[in-house]
Amino acid sequence: MSGEVVLSLRDFRVSFSTLLGPVQAVRGVDLDVAAGEIVGVVGESGSGKSVTFLGMMGLLPKSAKIEGSATVRGTELVGAKPKLMRQVRGKRVAMIFQDPLSALNPTHKIGNQIVEMIRAHQSMPKDAAMRRAIELLDVVGIPQPDQRARQYPHEFSGGMRQRVMIAMAIANDPEVLIADEPTTALDVTVQAQILEVLQRIQRDLGTAIVLITHDLGVVARVADRVQVMYAGRAAERGTVDDIFAHSVHPYTRGLMASLPSVSGERLIPIPGAPPNMLNPPPGCAFAPRCIHAVDKCRTGAPPSLAQVGSNETACVRAQDNELEVITGV
Amino acid sequence: MSDAPSTSTTRSAIAAENPILQVKGLVKHFAVRSSKGLRVVQRTVQAVSDVSFEVARGRTLGVVGESGSGKTTVGRCILRLIEPTAGSVVFDGKELVGMPVKQLRGLRRDMQIVFQDPYASLDPRRTVQDAITEPFEIQKIRVDARAKAAELLELVGLAPDHARRFPHEFSGGQRQRIGIARALALNPKMIVLDEPVSALDVSIQAGVINLLQDLQSELGLSYLFIAHDLSVVRHISDLVAVMYLGKIMEIGPAEQLYTAPLHPYTQSLLSAIPEPDPVTERTRERILLQGDVPSPINPPSGCRFRTRCPIAKDICAEEEPALVDRGLGHPVACHFADVFPVKVLAPRPSSTAL
Repeated sequence: MSGEVVLSLRDFRVSFSTLLGPVQAVRGVDLDVAAGEIVGVVGESGSGKSVTFLGMMGLLPKSAKIEGSATVRGTELVGAKPKLMRQVRGKRVAMIFQDPLSALNPTHKIGNQIVEMIRAHQSMPKDAAMRRAIELLDVVGIPQPDQRARQYPHEFSGGMRQRVMIAMAIANDPEVLIADEPTTALDVTVQAQILEVLQRIQRDLGTAIVLITHDLGVVARVADRVQVMYAGRAAERGTVDDIFAHSVHPYTRGLMASLPSVSGERLIPIPGAPPNMLNPPPGCAFAPRCIHAVDKCRTGAPPSLAQVGSNETACVRAQDNELEVITGV
Repeated sequence: MSDAPSTSTTRSAIAAENPILQVKGLVKHFAVRSSKGLRVVQRTVQAVSDVSFEVARGRTLGVVGESGSGKTTVGRCILRLIEPTAGSVVFDGKELVGMPVKQLRGLRRDMQIVFQDPYASLDPRRTVQDAITEPFEIQKIRVDARAKAAELLELVGLAPDHARRFPHEFSGGQRQRIGIARALALNPKMIVLDEPVSALDVSIQAGVINLLQDLQSELGLSYLFIAHDLSVVRHISDLVAVMYLGKIMEIGPAEQLYTAPLHPYTQSLLSAIPEPDPVTERTRERILLQGDVPSPINPPSGCRFRTRCPIAKDICAEEEPALVDRGLGHPVACHFADVFPVKVLAPRPSSTAL
């Protein structure tokens, strides 16, 4: 992390009230994201990676209870008034989603939708905003942007729609761009193009980017730093090289071992399934699936991140130097 | 059990002796209606165009491709879950195309399918025992359902007492195991696996892949493994076919195809897939394809890949390259596969140096 910290989460929590009781989807997440870096937030389904950022943006239903702190250059978002949230959302923090088609209005031309986005946050005449919209389409690599601006979403392919979403997201020069599984619905050759666009935005505009994904390959390609999530908490955090080469937390190591490798060796799955967040186990949430778990892992508060070797890890046994640190996988 | 495939790099590596499945010239067209102004016009989606391959006994053929490549349609045509427009599918010596449905039903004992979505492929109102013993009902085979269910569940790594539960009580990985148990019920010779692990998280996916490999070596099963995840396909397959817009672009032994891909599309596909290794990602060459896959309603003339191909020449638009062995180890459908060796493009400058 070299640049100035733009986005900061502290003890961030999200719970949903259900008939059976509160579901603790996010249970105390800390994260700093600096200008000009891409932070990969990885985790499996139900790890809380999406809910964290939807909660931060005020995009969750009323049944969600949000606690802790989330600040964008000092502006607190938790508990912020709707008016403030509207000023932040799309202006200072923008977000793109997995499915670009459901995020675009099918009855309006692409250009007008971007113009609307610009004029919601800046006082700019319509024709100037349209020029800016066309410029943005060009930035995200859409050929013949002036013609394309006059077309409707259904005339765009999946990859092109995601480019439009990125154009809308960067329309107001946001400080933070949150990309929630932006390439999951796309084919690999198109995914490569979209990742390229995100990297260019990071490089040229200095935007801080949070990339939420379950794909470790995507993270390896574009992220500078990585935060691994498990059961609503951070399991491990480090630079992309350290996470892949020197992972410490047994969950991170388990994820790496379960990926097919070139050598064709037998895969090593993680036994069991993630815990039910209605009633998460005491202590470390990964303990029931962890081959290294001992009694102290199963009691008390969930472990917090602490420096072990090159990474920060939330494993008490690693923190007590009881795990052999495997390096250079 | 099965003939070991020849390890030599000749044609024999592709054509197996006494294969369990031979597909020749498979074609599937779907009629679609689209509106042109006020007129409704009938058009044809050429989902699969002249696809031929063989699956060796006890082996795995992986089929990879992007969406719209026709890989799922191929799998379904083989089982005649959809009727092929043309071509021949010979399974265990018997021609399936044109076979009366009654006879086909008997043959389906030997040929099963596992679907991608473990949530959609199980009836939520039936117990696991009902689901995995339904094949016996359909085939009118009398079995002790309870004992059979217990045996099948054990085979796929679930507990026998899971038989009385309902699908919603299981995780995605467990449901996929139930789907596999159902496919195994009739003791098939071959299973079509249509994206069987795509919906699963990686830590769960590994267990299902291991299970499929164990079952193959225990039971001598042959697999047609359809997936878009190239690393999974490489891991599980002996042979791999790469599809693009309804055609096979390249087919060869997995190791050869991955280490020395011949077709520019295979090369681009391999280079587009992010590998979970940041060092490799920063240093390797990458071919960034422009644009999207064209519509199968109106595929490009000549070579279907030419509109996105970095080395396309005039001839590519005029003449369709045949899928033949050009003396390069395995069949490839590219005019220039022998002219342009691997790594046709200059390395992309690394933009992510830390």
